[in-house]
Amino acid sequence: MSATLLQIDGKQVEAQEGMTLLEAAQTAGIRIPTLCHHEKLEPYGGCRVCMVEIEKRGWSKLVAACVYPAESDLVVRTRSEKIDRIRKTIVELLLAHAPDSPELLALAREYGANKDRFEAQASFCVQCGLCVRYCAEIKKADAVGFLDRGTRREISFIPELAATVCWDCKECFSLCPTSALQAAYVLTTALVPHPPQVEAGSER
Amino acid sequence: MSRIGSPAELEEFRKGIAATRDPAKVGVTLCCGSACLASGSAEVAVSVEAELKERGLDAHVQLRKTGCRGFCERGPVLVTHPDEVCYLQVEPGDASEIVTQSANGQAVIDRLLYAEPGTGARIPKESDIPFYKHQVRRVFGSNGSIDPKSIEDYLAVGGYSALEKVLFRMTSDEVVEEVKRSKLRGRGGGGFPTGRKWEESRKAPGDAKYVIVNADEGDPGAYMDRSLLEGNPHLVLEGLTIGAYAVGAHEGFIYVRQEYPLAVENVMLAIKTAKECGLLGKDILGSGFDFTVTVHQGAGAFVCGESSALMTALEGRVGEPRPKYIHTAVKGVWDQPSVLNNVETWANVPLIVNQGADWFGEFGTEGSKGTKIFSLVGKITNTGLVEVPMGMTLQDIIFKIGGGIPGGRKFKAVQTGGPSGGCIPEALLGLEVGFDELTEAGSMMGSGGMIVMDEDTCMVDVARYFLDFLADESCGKCAPCREGTGQMLRILTDITEGRGTEGDLELLEELSEVAKEASLCALGKSAPNPFLSTLRYFRDEYETHIAEKRCPARSCKELIAFHIDPAACRACMTCLKNCPADAIDGGKNRIHVIDQDACTKCGTCFEVCPPRYGAVRKTSGEPVPAPILEDERIIVRKSKES
Repeated sequence: MSATLLQIDGKQVEAQEGMTLLEAAQTAGIRIPTLCHHEKLEPYGGCRVCMVEIEKRGWSKLVAACVYPAESDLVVRTRSEKIDRIRKTIVELLLAHAPDSPELLALAREYGANKDRFEAQASFCVQCGLCVRYCAEIKKADAVGFLDRGTRREISFIPELAATVCWDCKECFSLCPTSALQAAYVLTTALVPHPPQVEAGSER
Repeated sequence: MSRIGSPAELEEFRKGIAATRDPAKVGVTLCCGSACLASGSAEVAVSVEAELKERGLDAHVQLRKTGCRGFCERGPVLVTHPDEVCYLQVEPGDASEIVTQSANGQAVIDRLLYAEPGTGARIPKESDIPFYKHQVRRVFGSNGSIDPKSIEDYLAVGGYSALEKVLFRMTSDEVVEEVKRSKLRGRGGGGFPTGRKWEESRKAPGDAKYVIVNADEGDPGAYMDRSLLEGNPHLVLEGLTIGAYAVGAHEGFIYVRQEYPLAVENVMLAIKTAKECGLLGKDILGSGFDFTVTVHQGAGAFVCGESSALMTALEGRVGEPRPKYIHTAVKGVWDQPSVLNNVETWANVPLIVNQGADWFGEFGTEGSKGTKIFSLVGKITNTGLVEVPMGMTLQDIIFKIGGGIPGGRKFKAVQTGGPSGGCIPEALLGLEVGFDELTEAGSMMGSGGMIVMDEDTCMVDVARYFLDFLADESCGKCAPCREGTGQMLRILTDITEGRGTEGDLELLEELSEVAKEASLCALGKSAPNPFLSTLRYFRDEYETHIAEKRCPARSCKELIAFHIDPAACRACMTCLKNCPADAIDGGKNRIHVIDQDACTKCGTCFEVCPPRYGAVRKTSGEPVPAPILEDERIIVRKSKES
């Protein structure tokens, strides 16, 4: 494996081939905030709080550290006035959904975000997709998915699948940064009159 | 149809077609593009055919149903040959006269000709009509003369000669070089240099390579690609096959939205006949080059026009963009090098191959060469599709070709580039259209949408409309776009409904920065454009809405009111009868009064009040005068004798 040398926050960092900027920063002990990232899952690039500034051949732009590949001679800045401002606004937008989320509140403290900046939204879900992706990628069950799109997008368990595979799993619960997943699950189970017995061999 | 196995056989075949066609022969072409079909051209075709049959002329005079001719405002459009007389807004009842005129060479039918505004002078020839006269129709050139369902028609106008040229007389490097030299830039929105994209893909390692037509045109009011694919599918296929040869692909896709049924039908038929003729499939024209094309129908999500979302959808997954820090030209569908160009870009390719890069570059500005098709819609006299040289001014497109603003209204702005584009004000009408020029003005070329707005259009409401579209079409994957467009829409709605507060504009600017800088794909990155460009040129309109709760264009329903001026009302009962909300009180000889609580502000009364009275007033930001006292409402008319 060839090593890639780049600079993050003024520090020379050696990254392994195939690493993302986030991974490279982590090896150097530099923290970049994330919400939708999980080391066991494919990089997603959805929450955008990991935006960092890169400089490459005289050009600078913002990229999502969790998906951008570490390249040689890249100059990366993980904090700047602009980055902090963008992170703050994103956290504020998400707090409108999940004002009690400990992860979001911690980021709010760090970036000076006001949790009441935007009108409270009906759904708790911040669409990090951790439950959906964990279920699909790790459990290969696809029992929870996204419905609809844009501002109307929400997560939903597929009742027929949830009834057979979720009862003994529930591993996604601890991943959820808000309480939205539990709410969705409770709602689904409420729609199923009795928790059905899982028969051996009935799983897909 | 028999398979064509070599260039010589192709020429033979072409000659065979030409021998059966006499350019001096009498014929009729009728536009059967989607717009003309909607105006009834299918019925016109039936009656023209019946008329020809009845007179025993069906073998002598041919009716050719063509693709879109562009002058959609005046459809159905019918042109007789060889004299090229253009009849507009033709109805089935006109068939008899048209057949008589064209077959017997009698005098042209005046009432169906284009009438010059002002003078009323009739213009018989299509090419003399101002709408066409100032255009340069290269890509669209054959649309009006060939039947899209006939490969013979396409071959008759030289079709597939460019493909033959590249397969037998050019190396793939030479093809890439020629396209690069032409400086053709992507007509779909990004404006990326096509040749460079091809070169990148050609050089990229991969087990398989793909070429893709992006026919997921989704901008409101834009239908250039639709008309091209409907009207000349072989041109697009030929361009695609040339691209495949250039980059080394053997498989291609056409991603077309299923809301375009005629385009889907015509392109599928084109693929089938091209295959039968040996112009697609295995060993094309005996060259040893194989290429197959599959049509993929999309379900109409705007975001699927974005390259990575489109490719994800092609793979059979939900059409959401994915991070593409590596170009799709290198790592696209199934992680293989994939060249994605839109319909119009592909359609330019055979022309460049045949005529050369220099010919292509005859027109244009420094950074934008060739011609561009625009969809000219909105408050414009001649709605339709226009193909103009790059570098033509907005002024010329809108006034010379488009015929200006109808109803004596004043021009206010033109929105270009689709929902993610921007509004350009009157002061910049002299702007030459081109990729860089439009971007500098705060808008963009996009795929060529051009929505003209008059003085009655509220620019804040325009921004709100496009944000509504984008918030609805956002896939919802990334937070800046999903949450950002949602919040921007909420704030803009508040402003247009009189709930704007100080600080709204700053908050909108902040959300714009986040969406622009942090969104995953181009949809989110460009979503703030409708707001930012209207703020740039029409800031005072925003401020008036917020500070005075007034809509200067008198368009935002929550901020306007209608009342009847008692001094002008002649109690004619026109508004009263037309009011859909029954909100007008009055009667014969009794001055009418609008009940403000019942009024839905539809504006019908304002429109129907006879101009000689002009009694209905539309106001914004001022109190409605108290209704006239009951006993003052009776109009005493003088008797006719006195």
